[in-house]
Amino acid sequence: MVAALGHHTLSLIRGLGDFALFTAMSFRSAFSTRKLFRRVLRAGFEQGVRCLPVILIVGTFTGLVLGLQGYHVLNRFGSEGLLGALVSLSLVRELGPVLAALMLVGQAGSALAAELGIQRNSEQIAALETMGVSSHGYLITPRLLAALVVYPMQTALFVAVGLWGGWLSGSILLGLEPGVYWASVERAVEPDDVMECFIKAATFGLLTVALCCYNGFNAHRCKSGTGARAVSASTTRAVVLSCVTVLAADYAITSFLM
Amino acid sequence: MSAELPSLLLEVHGVTKRFGDHIVLAGVNFEVPRGRVVTVLGRSGTGKSVFLKCLAGIERPDEGVISFDGHPLDADVPAARAEFRRRCSFLFQSNALFDSLTSLENVALPLEQTTDLSAAEVRSRSMEALKQLELDAHADRYPSQLSGGMQKRLALARAIVTRPELVLFDEPTAGLDPLRRNAVFEMIVKYQRQFGFTAVIVTHDVAEVLVISDRVALLDSGVVKFSGTPETFASSTDPMVRDFRDSAAALSTSISILRQGSPS
Repeated sequence: MVAALGHHTLSLIRGLGDFALFTAMSFRSAFSTRKLFRRVLRAGFEQGVRCLPVILIVGTFTGLVLGLQGYHVLNRFGSEGLLGALVSLSLVRELGPVLAALMLVGQAGSALAAELGIQRNSEQIAALETMGVSSHGYLITPRLLAALVVYPMQTALFVAVGLWGGWLSGSILLGLEPGVYWASVERAVEPDDVMECFIKAATFGLLTVALCCYNGFNAHRCKSGTGARAVSASTTRAVVLSCVTVLAADYAITSFLM
Repeated sequence: MSAELPSLLLEVHGVTKRFGDHIVLAGVNFEVPRGRVVTVLGRSGTGKSVFLKCLAGIERPDEGVISFDGHPLDADVPAARAEFRRRCSFLFQSNALFDSLTSLENVALPLEQTTDLSAAEVRSRSMEALKQLELDAHADRYPSQLSGGMQKRLALARAIVTRPELVLFDEPTAGLDPLRRNAVFEMIVKYQRQFGFTAVIVTHDVAEVLVISDRVALLDSGVVKFSGTPETFASSTDPMVRDFRDSAAALSTSISILRQGSPS
């Protein structure tokens, strides 16, 4: 049992080291990859524009629920006027970055891992290497750089539509004065809260995209099978690890910034 | 007076490759003269593709030395490997085309990413390669919209667009019918003559190989069991060469015996 524990621990450390090297190599490749900007734009389109509907829908419903729950809870204490503060701080400091990242993992991250896994299976990645093209620079670097920009933007959008959802539910449906709601939002949110939101969004973007890329890129090393099964397993692993990492990183960043 | 022999472009000495306890290559020695077509034959599972991938640097040999143009390709010396990659192309059995890129983008990819050519020059050279392989009318199509033979030609266009000195072909005719198989071999020889590259072909197609190759090697049990000209291969009395070469005749004999033995 001790031997098995030791084996798993060593395997975990090796995996973390490999992941760190993979990410570092991808960033280093930014200096040697040609036509990088065009590929960053394409990656930004995949992570950004294609994920817009899900961000808008989930952001709206999150705001609606927060407005609804918040109004009824605050009403018990006669503090409905603080609904804007509750919705805005919940969204800006926690729910916005976390939920936007989880949605992006589900939509873009899974597609990314599966695409890279298929490219590995069909020898497209090996083909790049034989051409003398850095597979990290061509396939991974643009996605990591795009994530650093796209995740904060998507999070900002998520928060904006969430605030709108809170207003819709609190003011339009439940009758809270709109001016009270928006004034409460304005008073509650400090620049530090916005900074925390963007720090979290960029960190989650970097971690989840790197994890999805790492798992897809290394689909051939998957122990649970080969071919389509390896792609499926590596995609599942990428999504699960990314979701867990978002929540763990959220706790770590919040503890650090509080 | 004998004709001057071409210099060696590729030399392989004692290359060994293991996957766990399984030894795939057990000290392969192999030479490729410049400007020639060299074919590697062998049964399925004898390590032909692994050998080719070791040559291309996709797999790293456990032991042995691979030299290109007189310089050893050491994995620890990236410059030598980079120089090799600049001068060598690999045609994968699966074609390994990028399905999210059009034909033109696929062919342009190595030029875009490894040269300082302008966008106009990249396009012009890529279109030229597509035209040479009669694919210029399909420049805007995706690989999935092309037939199997066209995909093979597209992969060849991508392989030759950088004007390589060495092209490695991994079973270029796998899964093709006899007519398409002949067309692919004709295409390889045609462009080999046109561009003057050196070709290393891994295949099972004995009859065609004897026609198109300048040299033939037979890989078995992880080592090269025969190496020589197609003529010596055709006349060899070595049992292994004979078994491989005369497999069609052997099948015919076996079937005849079976038919004679079966009730009428």
